[in-house]
This record gives sequence, structure tokens and C-alpha cells, in this order.
Amino acid sequence: MLLKRLTEAAGVSGNEKEVRDIIIEEIKDHVDELIVDRLGNVIAYKKGKEDSKKLMITAHMDEVGLMITDIDNEGLLKFTTVGGIDKRILVSKPVLIGKNKILGVIGAKPIHLQKREEWQRALNIDQLYIDIGAKNKEEAERLVNIGDYVSFDSQYIEFGDDLIKAKALDNRVGCSLLIELIKETKDIGFYGVFTVMEEIGLVGAGPAAYRVDPDISIILEGTLCYELPNMDEHLVPTSLNKGPAISIMDRTTLYDREFRDRIKKIAEKNNIPYQYRKTSMGGNDSGRIHTTKEGSITTAISVPCRNIHSPTSVMSKKDYKNTYNLLIAILSEYKKGEL
Amino acid sequence: MNFNSQLLMELVNTYGPAGNERLIREYIIGQIKDYVDEIHTDELGNLIARKKGNGKKIMIAAHMDQIGLMVTHIDDKGFLRFTNVGGISPYITLSQQVQFENGTIGIISAEPIDNIAKLKLSNMFIDIGANSKEEAEEKISIGDICVYRSQYNENDNVVFTGSLDDRIGCYVAIETIKQIKEPTNDLYFVFTVQEEVGLRGAKTSAYRIDPDIGIAIDVTGSGDTPKAKTFAVGLNKGTAIKVKDNSIITHPKLRQIMIDVAEKNDIPYQLEVLEYGGTDSGAIHLTKSGVPTGAISIPTRYIHSTVEMVSKSDVQNSIKLLTKVLELQFDF
Repeated sequence: MLLKRLTEAAGVSGNEKEVRDIIIEEIKDHVDELIVDRLGNVIAYKKGKEDSKKLMITAHMDEVGLMITDIDNEGLLKFTTVGGIDKRILVSKPVLIGKNKILGVIGAKPIHLQKREEWQRALNIDQLYIDIGAKNKEEAERLVNIGDYVSFDSQYIEFGDDLIKAKALDNRVGCSLLIELIKETKDIGFYGVFTVMEEIGLVGAGPAAYRVDPDISIILEGTLCYELPNMDEHLVPTSLNKGPAISIMDRTTLYDREFRDRIKKIAEKNNIPYQYRKTSMGGNDSGRIHTTKEGSITTAISVPCRNIHSPTSVMSKKDYKNTYNLLIAILSEYKKGEL
Repeated sequence: MNFNSQLLMELVNTYGPAGNERLIREYIIGQIKDYVDEIHTDELGNLIARKKGNGKKIMIAAHMDQIGLMVTHIDDKGFLRFTNVGGISPYITLSQQVQFENGTIGIISAEPIDNIAKLKLSNMFIDIGANSKEEAEEKISIGDICVYRSQYNENDNVVFTGSLDDRIGCYVAIETIKQIKEPTNDLYFVFTVQEEVGLRGAKTSAYRIDPDIGIAIDVTGSGDTPKAKTFAVGLNKGTAIKVKDNSIITHPKLRQIMIDVAEKNDIPYQLEVLEYGGTDSGAIHLTKSGVPTGAISIPTRYIHSTVEMVSKSDVQNSIKLLTKVLELQFDF
């Protein structure tokens, strides 16, 4: 299954090869042009019958993770974060290190030995270590190197009412949607772009947009979802099972209002549920794309993901399906020249 | 050159928050169309007005967007929740009136809180006097942006009103456009969008124009109010020639040319070393292979409030300096 393969592949920012290889294998027979640019972005082009406006659809390939910074005398590994990671989620998690996917676990001082005040706050990254079961520094050095990437070890599992638990749903869900669009649509001309290093500052999207120079772009994302009982409704950014989340504003973009209204009308016309992403926090590749060269119009459409940036992100297959249906509906309007 | 109160009053009273600058753009087009050779609106909404000349290509940027509040949620009773578009203080926002593009007016209040220090935008709301969610939704949609309402006032010395950031820059640019009859240089006056959320319009418009020289016209703070942080800029001390802010160290040669022009023409000026904030000049000078860029600032008190204050003489001196600088022949 595609989303299982994509989420179980390792692709921490700057090390997207495994994910990129899966994507290329999936789409290569369905596109007219395919290049990997010098930063590692995958830029695919499907020819259409008419191309009045240049449309680009993007999803970033990378995920948040860790990187090894030091190996101590006991063979324990020190590490730093790559992308936005909440240090409170790290303790006791299994991880995979480097190309050979060496298994490790993130360890910390046992609760028995912690002082009372240590209970009150999360342990700092420098109080954590990765244990790969090496006897000493020399043995550890045979298995891993400083600079090795670390990704969470987390299986794709379907559970509950059409829900999925996996790591890296941000943004393999976007990659999966874009792959499906590329494979399933015909005679619709667009660029499908899979970007690198979004999580460390939208690095790949700018050069990709510079090359493509689109008129309009759709950014596909997995976005934050957080809903607790008794929470004030206006503080809920997105909810599970309420459909694709359309962005209004975030730290990187004020989304074009007319384009957003157009997307909303397409959803309504096709009876596809949708929600607005009700927070201005966070950002995505749109920030770089819409300010590249002379500027262009963007929208961001996201699948809500609970526990985002963790090994146990959760999304709904219903939201996935509705997001896919909305994208197909948008592309059919685009094909008619009415986007 | 008299102070054109009518123009400034209309500029500050015209709706145009970041991301939704259509009305202010249309207003400015109406004011300048008879004085320029070309007018273009780009994808993001920047208004680019060209006055043709044979010299250097100069981009003059004044941002036309203003700060605002974006609706993120409409509750069951018709109250609106919001987030900030640009730098919005919760304390200044409390008890303000706001206005939407369609003219709907609301007032801002907050949930009961025991300590005013806990006031946050997330526990505040806009009341548009709707009786139900449905009634509110007839007027307002999620994603709509409103702006503070304010009253325009002036006396012999100063103007005080909202949105002087940066409608006063637009005013300086418009009046300069009217002053220049036969341009020495090829002038691109750009009324930029989305400055308040990160200099976004200046970035794309500068890419399009690819200027030889950039000049931003924007407000700067003032250090002349009681116990203000040390800042050697004050009202009624002349136009401010920017040395630096958080987005740029201005081009030394261009800065010196501005100083020389001010000295030669007896235009009162002050040098501005701002330790915070940024202007469109920050985006312009990093465009393509780099652009020598400076900025002319209008000293302003109480920025991002509904009672921003500028000195009329500083404004007039800014127009004089900009006009004289644009008449020069540049060798870079």
C-alpha cells in the first residue's frame, strides 16, 4: 500500500532519497518530463490539452527527525533535532539510524533517580541519549557516524473508524495524494513537484518554483489537528473527519482570497466536506512559492493529522478520500479553463 | 506646496489590510493616473506606476497595506474570533471599533479576565451586533479581514490618526509623483502589498522591475516622548534618512548622496539608526544581483495604534528630499 510504503521510508530533511526513489518509481510511467534538480526536488510535468495557466501542485517529501552529533565513551549517541520536534515526545522512542537503519532507543535517567524538580519539566535534549546496544565507543563507531540521520521507528497501522497511525504523515500524505493525481488524471497539464527540506525552512520550494515559474500553485500538506473535550471551539485548528482543511493565513502566506473562494465553491458544488484551517501558526512551502520571481497565486489544502511531528501521527482515511475528491474536482475545473 | 489634508485623510480612511489591498489600490490609481505613463497591477496586487525617463531605473516603494484582524471563527451566537495580520497589540485592540471591506462595523471586547496582563488576542472577540450565527454569516466569512476605525485629526503642527503606517509614505510618493514634471530617471513608483506580514510585495515587484536603485518610503519610530527608549529621531526635526534597521544597512553611497542633497537644499534631516523593525528596502536590496537601496523615513509616534502622529513639516521635507534625489544623475 502506497501510504504505508511512503511513511515507513526514512526521509528526514536533507536525506529524502528513499522517499524520492519510491515517488519516481510510482510516477515515471505517467509523466512526460521528470527531473531531479540540484537540491533533490522531484519536478514532474504532465502534458495537457490546453495550458492557459501554469499549474503547479506540490508536496514536500521530507519529515522531521534527529541527527547524531557525538558518540560518547560508553558508545551512547548524542543527537540534535532536524525540524520542529517537541523534546517531550522523545523519551523511550525506538529510532532507526543511518543508511543501515541501526535500531536504537532514546534513553534518559530513570524516574527513581530524578529529583523532584526534574519531574516538573521535560528533560532537555542534552539529557537524552540514543542506545544502540554497543559495548563501547569503538563498536558504536563501526555502526554509526556523526552526521547520520535518525528517523522514528514506527509502523503504519490502520485502526478504529478508518484511522491511520504512522510517522511522517506530514507530509507523506501530501506525497501520496500527488502521486495518485499524477497517475489517475489524463489530459490535464500540470507540474507535480515533490520538494526537499520544507521542515527546516522551506528550502527546496523556492528553487523549484523559480524553475517552474507557476501562475497558480496548490500546496498539499498534512496539517496540525488538535481537539480536546471542552476546548474552546475557536482554538481548534482543524478536526478529524471534517474534510480537507483550506488555509486562510499562516506565518508564511496570506492566501489569495479569490482563489480560496473558488476552491470553496468547487467543494460545495461537488458536496465535498471542507473546513478552514483556523490558526495563523505554522507555515508551508507556499511562503516561498508565492513570492518567487514576480509572485503567484497559491492555496494550501491539507489533511488534518493529530500528533503531528511525532512517531504516532493519526489521520482519517475519510479525510484523505475527501481531499483527493476535492483535488480531482479542482483539476476538472482547471481542465475546463475555469480555475 | 501646501499640505494636502484631503488626500491624506482619504488615504488613511480607505480600507486596505495586508492581503486585501484592492480598495486602497483603486483609490491610489485614481489619484495618480493622470501623472504617470504606465500603470500595472501584478499577481500579488502591487501597484506599479512608471514615469518614464532616460536615466537610472529607480524603484520607489511605499507600502499601501495596513495591519488588520482576520476572522478565524464565527460562534453560535454570532461573535467573531480573530487572529492578527501584522503587528497587533491586544492592549491597543481592546475596545476599538473595526471595519470590514463591506462596511460592516464591529467592536472588540474580551472574555472576563482577572488580570489584564493575561489579555491575549485568543481571548478577545469582535461583536458586530448580529443576533445569530446565521445573521453574522450573511455579512462576514471566515478569512475576512477588518481594520481599526479611527478619526483623522490635525492641527498646525501634526496629524494624528490611524494607518499613517504607511499611508503617509503613499502620500509622500503621490505628492512627489505630482511634483516631478520631466523625470531625469526612469521612475517606478510601487505601492506595495503585504509589507506588514514580511515585505512580500516588495520582493516580487522588485524582481519584476529589476531596478538600479531602490528607495523605500516608510514610517519610523520616535524617541521624543516621556521616558522613551533612546532613539535619536523625533518629530518636527526633519525627514529621516535611514542608516539601518533590522532588514537593511542602507547603501553608504546612496545614503551620502541623500545627506548631500538635504544639506545643499537646506532640507532639515535627521539620521535614523533603528534597532528593530524593517522596511521594503530590506527586500529590495537583496533582489537578483543586489540593488543599492536607501530609505526615507517619516518620524512617527504611537505606531500601530489608532492615534499615530506625524509632523506636517517632516512630511513636507520628505517630499522635498525625495523629489530632489530623484532629479539627480546617478553613476551607479
